Amino acid sequence: MEDRQAFGRELRRYVIGLVLALVLSGAAFALVAWAPLPPDGLLGAIAGLALLQVMAHFRFFLHIDLKQSHRDDLQLILFTGLIIGLMVAGSLWIIFNQNQRMM
Amino acid sequence: MGIEASVSPWLGKLSLSALPTDSVVAMGAALIAVLGALGTAGYITWKGKWHYLWREWFTSVDHKRIGIMYVVLALVMLARAVIEALVMRLQQADAVNQSGFISAEHFGQLFSTHGSIMIFFMAMPFLTGIINYVMPLQIGARDVSFPALNSISLALTAAGAALVMISLILAPFSTGGWSGYAPFTELSFSPGVGVDYWIWAVTLGSIGSTLTGINLAVTLYKQRAPGMDLMRLPLFCWTALCTSILMIFAMPALTVATALLALDRYLGMHFFTNDGGGNMMLYANLFWLFGHPEVYIVVLPSFGVFSELFSTFSAKQLYGYTSLVVATLTIAVLSFTVWLHHFFTMGQSAHINAVFGIATMLIGIPTGVKIYDWIFTMFRGQVRFPTPLLWGLAFLVTFVIGGLTGILLAIPPVDFLVHNTTFLVAHFHNMLIPGTLFGMIAAYQFWFPKAFGFRLEERWGKLAFGCWVLGFYLAFMPLYVLGLEGMPRRSAQVFDPSFRPWLLVAAGGAVLITLGLAALVLQLAVSIRHRDRNRVPVGDPWDGRSLEWACSAPPPKYNFARIPQVDARDAFWAMKQSGTAYVPPPRYDAIALPQSSAIGPVLGGLGLAAAFGLVWHIWWMAGLGVLGSIGAVIAWTFVPRPERTLSAEQVARTEARWHAAIAEATPASRDAEHATSNRGLAQVGA
Amino acid sequence: MSGRIHPGINLRAGDQQPTTEGVMFGFWVFMMSDAVLFALLFAVYASLSGNTAGGPEAGQVFKLVPAALETGTLLLSSSTFGLASLAMKYRQSMAWLQGMLAVTLVLGMIFLGLEIHDFMDMARQGAVPQVSGFLSAFFALVPTHFLHVAFGCVWIVVMMLQLRVFGLTHTTRTRLLRLGLFWHFLDIVWVMLFSFVFLRGLL
Repeated sequence: MEDRQAFGRELRRYVIGLVLALVLSGAAFALVAWAPLPPDGLLGAIAGLALLQVMAHFRFFLHIDLKQSHRDDLQLILFTGLIIGLMVAGSLWIIFNQNQRMM
Repeated sequence: MGIEASVSPWLGKLSLSALPTDSVVAMGAALIAVLGALGTAGYITWKGKWHYLWREWFTSVDHKRIGIMYVVLALVMLARAVIEALVMRLQQADAVNQSGFISAEHFGQLFSTHGSIMIFFMAMPFLTGIINYVMPLQIGARDVSFPALNSISLALTAAGAALVMISLILAPFSTGGWSGYAPFTELSFSPGVGVDYWIWAVTLGSIGSTLTGINLAVTLYKQRAPGMDLMRLPLFCWTALCTSILMIFAMPALTVATALLALDRYLGMHFFTNDGGGNMMLYANLFWLFGHPEVYIVVLPSFGVFSELFSTFSAKQLYGYTSLVVATLTIAVLSFTVWLHHFFTMGQSAHINAVFGIATMLIGIPTGVKIYDWIFTMFRGQVRFPTPLLWGLAFLVTFVIGGLTGILLAIPPVDFLVHNTTFLVAHFHNMLIPGTLFGMIAAYQFWFPKAFGFRLEERWGKLAFGCWVLGFYLAFMPLYVLGLEGMPRRSAQVFDPSFRPWLLVAAGGAVLITLGLAALVLQLAVSIRHRDRNRVPVGDPWDGRSLEWACSAPPPKYNFARIPQVDARDAFWAMKQSGTAYVPPPRYDAIALPQSSAIGPVLGGLGLAAAFGLVWHIWWMAGLGVLGSIGAVIAWTFVPRPERTLSAEQVARTEARWHAAIAEATPASRDAEHATSNRGLAQVGA
Repeated sequence: MSGRIHPGINLRAGDQQPTTEGVMFGFWVFMMSDAVLFALLFAVYASLSGNTAGGPEAGQVFKLVPAALETGTLLLSSSTFGLASLAMKYRQSMAWLQGMLAVTLVLGMIFLGLEIHDFMDMARQGAVPQVSGFLSAFFALVPTHFLHVAFGCVWIVVMMLQLRVFGLTHTTRTRLLRLGLFWHFLDIVWVMLFSFVFLRGLL
């Protein structure tokens, strides 16, 4: 009995994840297909949708949440995010600045 | 070192003209490499030890064996790189307004192999070996989390080193420096195989290091003995943890930089080329995203070693443990924020330069905290001065000098004046030699008795120390002066006669350093000869404080018969004080240990084949190597991982031998540390 | 040592062993280093995406429909792998587990096929990596993801074989967990890919 409930709960998680991901992906593609905003705004919207979808993947497919037992690995992901942020933002800042000064 | 005109399907670009016949020095080096390899192989054959070596060492997944092999690899490569440095110093002292005895091309290879070997095949293996040996013992574990992966990492690193050694015989190696800057390393400026040697050797090593980083981090998180909370870890383990985190996050940048360079060279793409939309500054950015954390990877373990040394040889708890931990973590994170200081002059705005310059200065603060903590550890301690601590003292003074020049260099306008001069060369050697090498040599001296069961001779150790320290100052202080006077780095010739006296002094320093290395070798030879009178079977020759001293020397295969329960920092010291250090447990249990595996040597061999094939465009060999490696790993996953169980009786017998040695030994006071009466049992409360 | 069960370990309590945590944590760490690798390839792409050297530009070579199909296929394959994970955890039949793995494999291969078709299309247009920095960067990023997915497909085949040979042991369970982690991670990278390469290129 308990097993079937747990199974049902987890299955629901996967289904919610799938639906969310489809909706968020579809929205992003639709935005580009019908372009209701200027390109800069669109890029921001797409970035936001991507971030939300990544969070949905982590939450519903990979079971990462704020539960105490999962916190260590949330820390690992956040630390990785920090390092990636530093490396990518720093690199883009440097390269774009150099490009600007070359033109 | 001719340029190939013919390419065959069987041998690719390889032909007899790869032999460096145009230079006597190069042929000499090739000969030494060949004779060295043949001589070693011949000696092993003569002694009939191949089977033993394969069974007990090459296929071993024991962290202690793997650690020792890493250190052996590092010491061999250190010898080559020191000799290369000596040759370069002699060339520069000679070639003042004349051509010297080394061509510019050859000089280019020398500084490239010197740097690449020192970083990737000396420093990395050395620190990996020391951490591998010591850390599991210090946390009260039986091994690392992934023993077979450990063996694979070693094999890949050795394969990379082998590739660099092969480049002595089948020349040339890259002339692009250890950093391999594009566009010089692109096909248009470096059409030969040299840069490809560099790319694939570094790639093999970096895969090994990434896997090691994962292995060590998981071990530190998951294999600690009960009661060993993070804040009870020895400082050496904290630095090992931060080092492994840096390895995990920094290595990918190197992988990307070298892989994209390879794509440019092999497939004609345009990442870093002069034309076709390439951006050569992108290479420097990617490389130093790796390169800066890398220098902290090679420095942090030494900081950990020094922490152990200062507290052990002051017979005192480390001063400011928490501040040392916080400083180490801060250094680890900040090391990802400063990489631009390696290319202040590359064309970005003064604003960006300023931001990274300030970040660079900030990183000096936690380092300074550590220096003070070490000094205060010694203050009011009962300090004694065996060889390992001498290295620590030399480090304290010398590293601070180097750090000060680093703060100078962190100021972009200053850097613009001395960038790419010998001032920079002096600075980074002033960091790396005391910061990395002194620490590693000290670690070797400190933990050698634990690993091999007998002490090293102090006299030769002190002689080696004197040669190295004096040699270092003579070799590098002149370079600061020369840099300020405008001498560029990596120069095969100089044209200002006023440089010559300084270059002669520097060459003298290089000679002294070489003698210092020879003294270390002699120390080892003499110590082996006198090993019977210097045995320390009980395992605690230095009156140590952490758990690695709580077992015999050499340790049993399983490290600890019973995993210790840890109640305090300096766990072994606490056990000695409370009298529980050598109390045998009421009963012994059977212990399961992972069996040896051939997967390491197999992947090492296949990796070497793949790399060699890629270098010389021998496509069938490259393909075989890559596909073979994938196949070998898949096949290996189908083989159940064998374990060997040591019965409780076997464990009891081994432990009984140790306890008999304890009973026979008289406790040695700290003053009698170097006497032959020191059997590894320390006097408590002395 | 902790009694925490961490995210990648989607096992029932009875199936876990002392080594499980270390094994799963190690694989998470490896995935994080792979994430850094991909992030840097993205940074390279962003740096070079304007360097078209007179050759084809993003708007000329990217197409919305194939990208959407690839997105849907990969997303679906993530879900079918999720179903496989559930089958493994809740002890449904081996046939169900193998079946879901097979479906995931087929979807993965469809994804690969669609991408190959895209690459060939681009080649026909003359949009090859040797033309410009932009195309080099594109062909470094997208095929790296392609190779990861291809490797994942090989891994699925290997696991299907191992399940036949060894059945559901602790080892095969943790290998399937790691494969699952890998597969979901690839979908996450794809989200970033289609957003910041294809969609951005078509703006």
